Parts: sequence; structure tokens; C-alpha cells
Amino acid sequence: MSALSKAIADALGEDARFRPGQYPESVPLCIVPRARFVETARVLKKAYALLAAEWATDETGFGIARGFGIYACYRYGSEYIVVKTEVPADDPVFPSLTKKFVAAYRFERQIESLMGLTADKHPDNRPWIKFEDWPANAWPLRKLFDASGKMPRVKGDYKWVQAVGEGVYEIPVGPVHAGIIEPGHFRFQAVGEAIINLEERLGYVHKGIEKRFESLSWTDGSRLAGRVSGDTTVAHSLTYCMALESMTQCTIPARAQWLRALFLERERIANHLGDIGAICNDVAFAFMLYQTMRLKEMLLRTNQRLFGHRLMMDRVIPGGVAADIDHQGIREILDEMNSISWEFEKLVTIFDENSSLEDRTRNTGILTPEKARDLGVVGIVARASGLNLDCRIQNPFPPYDVLDVQVPVLIAGDVHARVWVRIEEVRESIRLVREILLSLPGGEIETPVKPPLPDIAGFGAVEGWRGEIIYWLQTGPGGEVNRCMVRDPSSLCWLGLEQAIPDNIVPDFPLCNKSFNQSYSGHDL
Amino acid sequence: MIRILRQIFRTGIVTEPAPKELQGIHEIGTQLQDVIWKRFSRSLTIRQVDAGSCNGCELEIHALNNAIYNCEKYGIHFTASPRFADLLLVTGPVTHNMEIALRRTYAATPAPKLVVAVGDCGCNGGIFGESYASLGGVDKVIPVDLIIPGCPPTPTDLLLGLLKLMEKMGAGA
Repeated sequence: MSALSKAIADALGEDARFRPGQYPESVPLCIVPRARFVETARVLKKAYALLAAEWATDETGFGIARGFGIYACYRYGSEYIVVKTEVPADDPVFPSLTKKFVAAYRFERQIESLMGLTADKHPDNRPWIKFEDWPANAWPLRKLFDASGKMPRVKGDYKWVQAVGEGVYEIPVGPVHAGIIEPGHFRFQAVGEAIINLEERLGYVHKGIEKRFESLSWTDGSRLAGRVSGDTTVAHSLTYCMALESMTQCTIPARAQWLRALFLERERIANHLGDIGAICNDVAFAFMLYQTMRLKEMLLRTNQRLFGHRLMMDRVIPGGVAADIDHQGIREILDEMNSISWEFEKLVTIFDENSSLEDRTRNTGILTPEKARDLGVVGIVARASGLNLDCRIQNPFPPYDVLDVQVPVLIAGDVHARVWVRIEEVRESIRLVREILLSLPGGEIETPVKPPLPDIAGFGAVEGWRGEIIYWLQTGPGGEVNRCMVRDPSSLCWLGLEQAIPDNIVPDFPLCNKSFNQSYSGHDL
Repeated sequence: MIRILRQIFRTGIVTEPAPKELQGIHEIGTQLQDVIWKRFSRSLTIRQVDAGSCNGCELEIHALNNAIYNCEKYGIHFTASPRFADLLLVTGPVTHNMEIALRRTYAATPAPKLVVAVGDCGCNGGIFGESYASLGGVDKVIPVDLIIPGCPPTPTDLLLGLLKLMEKMGAGA
């Protein structure tokens, strides 16, 4: 029994029911009474667990008595546990976990907005994702909601956090930003140049992805997963596929596993290169942007040539992968890695020696390790703020179990640390790509996936380039998709940006934002 | 500093001489340049609007600005405000939550208010289709002059698409 399961069983005794039917079996599902849901969170917090995700399901398709489900996923070391509590359809209220885990703050607002379940004792009852002009009873994730039609607009206001006092002024930014980036709204309260508060407002690119999954086949689902956040297409389809494969006990061929890791690491290198350049560009060091974008373009072209798509969209499919590599291709990537590595090291030296870059990036946008832990951030943001989290190490799927991944963990939590984490990760990913190619096993690259049984659940967690991505799938009474929960790292890390901004000056905001570089689409779904 | 200079000179101009796969781009670009010079006083100014995309299209639009495609040398320039824009490059699907912002951006754009819908989703909603949250293609909200399909369209597709529109403009002149 895992440490977290034991902690719950010890504290709740008979009230904690461990239920089979969630896969992989290493991730247990524990059902607790609604009245003891918060207590469970407290017990797990004491056991040093962090909240990774919280979501709701509409299970009335199994009979009205099933009502709704609230699920909270906790992580500790390499353990995950999903805790569920049942919410009757005629009393749609659940106890809020926000006071125990800040990470629940937006998850619960989202549950309230999209599923229509009230988070009891939640400190902030404003909607999230759902805008003020949606009809009040539009809860799209409910089964009774007709998702096909256009929604009417109603009148309504969003209550912004206000700051008053002498010299305080407000700067609204967005949703349409100045650059070629995604839409979101930021509202700063500032005194002089110093920001005293930042409030984010996201949801502009809400495309109804989670609802859309419910109307697609399991195979089409992986295409949709690949478009949750275009820059992370490999990692998202991979996580979806792993959740689906664990539900159907499908073991994919070894070669497919290794190729998936190859795609994932190439995606990581390409995005980190782009980010390193873009961060430097935001402090007016355009040289770096042009250099790294050139290297990135090399990678994308090789992807196109060898795998048929620049971003490798739809190359990870349920049961394996859709693109193979031959000896010539392996040679080509090894040569490419040599030349990228050689060029990259030159750029790193230039970055490291440039004192004006260092001046702008050090002590800017600090997310302290304490805050990072409280907010439960993941991925590069976490590793720049002292949290040693990486699914490739803590929950490795083959071949990561034999590759001995090394990731940097820094404690400064500033822009500089977030750049440096990326630099080290590019180096490590280049090493991983080489190792993968040199020991790539032979054989098939795809195996058929059976349709899943009714009323079971599947869980997947993968380290994308931003950080841990989680998918949780639930099948309905006929084995169809009843719920597909998507947790992009952005859902957690956007909170981190909000906390890293106060005390910085307004002109440093774009720099801080770029150093986090979270996905709007992955968050808004 | 010496290292920066050395890197710059060692890298050289990556757009010239054009390698084989870039040859096509160069021709497209020169044709584009002619129309841009004639019709838009040497510069076509684009405002990109993400009306709900997954950000895949944004990556490729970004790539237009890298040293290899270097769209600025043809007079194509991305601006920060719709008020300076000749053309809106809109990625989609248009979400319910972005509809008003997109309409306002369109209203703020001066004539000729060209609109290019980018990507399969910008064309017809793509995999997101039409739902409570997604209104579908860009043409559901504002008039569209040209579509550039693809998921996402490559930078070459984007340049080709712009050229097509310029030809259309040139024929109408």
C-alpha cells in the first residue's frame, strides 16, 4: 500500500473505500464521504502531498442516484492518488479545499462555473472561464447541457480586485496583446513604476475541449488532445494515449515507447530554444532570438522531413506512433544534434558573459520556493523555484526508466533561474535524444487498442516541456467517453506568475511573463 | 562582445544564398514584394489576432519572422495595434469569449480591412467544430478575404497565401 493510501486509511478507517476500476493500478482511487473530504486533504497535506488537480464529473448517465463526483488528485514523490467524493444531484454542493491547497482555487471556481456544483466556503465565488455574459444556468459539462448551439449573451459584470489610495492607478492589458501571442487579460495596480498587484483573467480561448472529447471517438480524442496546446502537441497526445492504453491494458511495442520519448525530447528542445531567445529578446537582446530561432527552425525542418510534420502533430496515436525512423534518419538526427549542441554552447557562453542580460534577469519576477510549494506549481517553473518535480524521474515510462534523466533544480526562482533551467534541459535532452537513437529497439511501432470497458477510469501523467500534464479519462455506460479531464501545467503555473509579479516594475512584466510562458489554450481548454 | 560579433559573422546571412528548399520562398517573396510595393507603398502591415487557436498557428506565424523566412525583407511587417494594420491575420476557431474582442479589433482596423483566416480552425472550426464555446470559422464573425488552411499551415503556406491575396488585389486594381 502506498504511503498516501495508508495515511488516508489510517485516518478515515472504514470511511475510506478503495475502489478498483481505475488504471494504472499504481494510482489508487479512494472514495470518501463528503463530510470528510476536507479532512482527507488535511491528512494528505500532513503527509507532504501536493494537490495536482481537482475536477468534477456528471455521473447521472449511470443512473440519477450516482449524481456528481468531485475528484482531487494528489501527488507525493512518485505516488499519485485520486480521492473522490460523491455529490447527490439534488444537493450540488461540495466542500472547498482551497484553504488547504491554494492550487484548488481556480479548479473549484471552474467546477462551479462549468459543472454547476457550489464550492462551500470557497473564498471567491466569481466565475472562472465562464464569462459574465453567459447565461447563469449554462453548465456545459453537465450531461443535460446542449453543447451544439450558440449561447445567448446576458448582461453581467466581473468584479475586479480594486486598489485605492493616493497615486494608485490601474493598467488593463488585453485580451488582444501587442505581439503574436494568445489572448488573456491582465490588470495591474501600480504606484509609480512598481506593480502592487496583478490580477489575471483568462478564459478567452475556451473552446469547450473537455466537452468536445465526450462527442468524439477514442481515436479522434488523441487528435483533439494534440490540439489542446499546439506547442505541446506531442506531450498532450501522449498523455491521452497513455491514459487510454492503461484502461485497456494495452502494452505498446518497445520501439513505439522509445520513439515517443524521442518526439517528446525534440519538442522540449525546440520550445526551450524558442523561449531562451524570446526571453533575451524581451530585454532587447534580439541577437539571441534570431540565433535560437534559427536552431529551432532546423529542428522543425528535420521533423518535417523525417516524420512528416513540423510540430509532430498526430505522430503519437493510441497503441503506438504513426512515424518510424530508418538508419539514414538516425544518422541525420545525430548529425543535427552535434551541430545544434555546438552552436548552442557558443550561445550559452554569450548569454552567461553578458552582464546587462544578467542585470535584467536576476532578481526579476521571483517566485520564492515557499510560494512555489504552496501553489503547487510544476515543471520548469517549479524546478527554478527549488521543487524537484519531474515525471520523467518520478513516474518514468520506458525508456525513461533506463535513461537516468538528470534535471537541474535551482532555488533563486527568478527569470534568470528559469532561463538557466531551460539551458540545462536543452543540454540534457540533446543527450537523451542521442542515447535513445543509439539504443532504439527494433520491431513494430503500433498495436491495436481494444475499446475500454464501461465505467472505468484511466490516468496518465507525462512531463511535457512546460511540466507535468495529467489526463484522466472515464468511460460511460456504453464504454464511450463520459469525461476527459485535461490538466495542463498552465492551470497551476498561471497562479505562480500572479504571485511573482508584485514589487516588479511594469516594463518587466513581459519579461516575467515570457519566462513563465504558460499556455492560454491549455489553461482555458 | 567579440564573441557576439564572431557568432554574427560566422552565422552570416542565413537567408542568402537561398538553399534548395528555400528557392521557392525567394520567388514567392519577390512576387509578393512587387505587389506590396505597388499597392501598399512598400509595406504591408499585419496585425495578428488569436481568436481562439491552440497556438500551433502562432508558432508558424512567428517563424515567418525568423532569419530564414525573414518576411520583413519583402515589406511584410507585424504591428502591435490594429489601427496601423492593412491586414488582420486571424487564427481560430473564434471562441464565444473572443467574439467581441475580434469584432472590436476589426472595427479599429482602417480600410482596406483585409482579413486572412489562418489554419483549419480559422477556416471552419477544425476539430473544435461549432459548439456553445466555439463559433467555428472566422467568417462566422467578420468578412474574410482569404483562407490559408493547414494544421498548422507552414510558413511557406502562409507566404503563398499572402501572395494569392496580393494577386487578387492586383487584379482588382
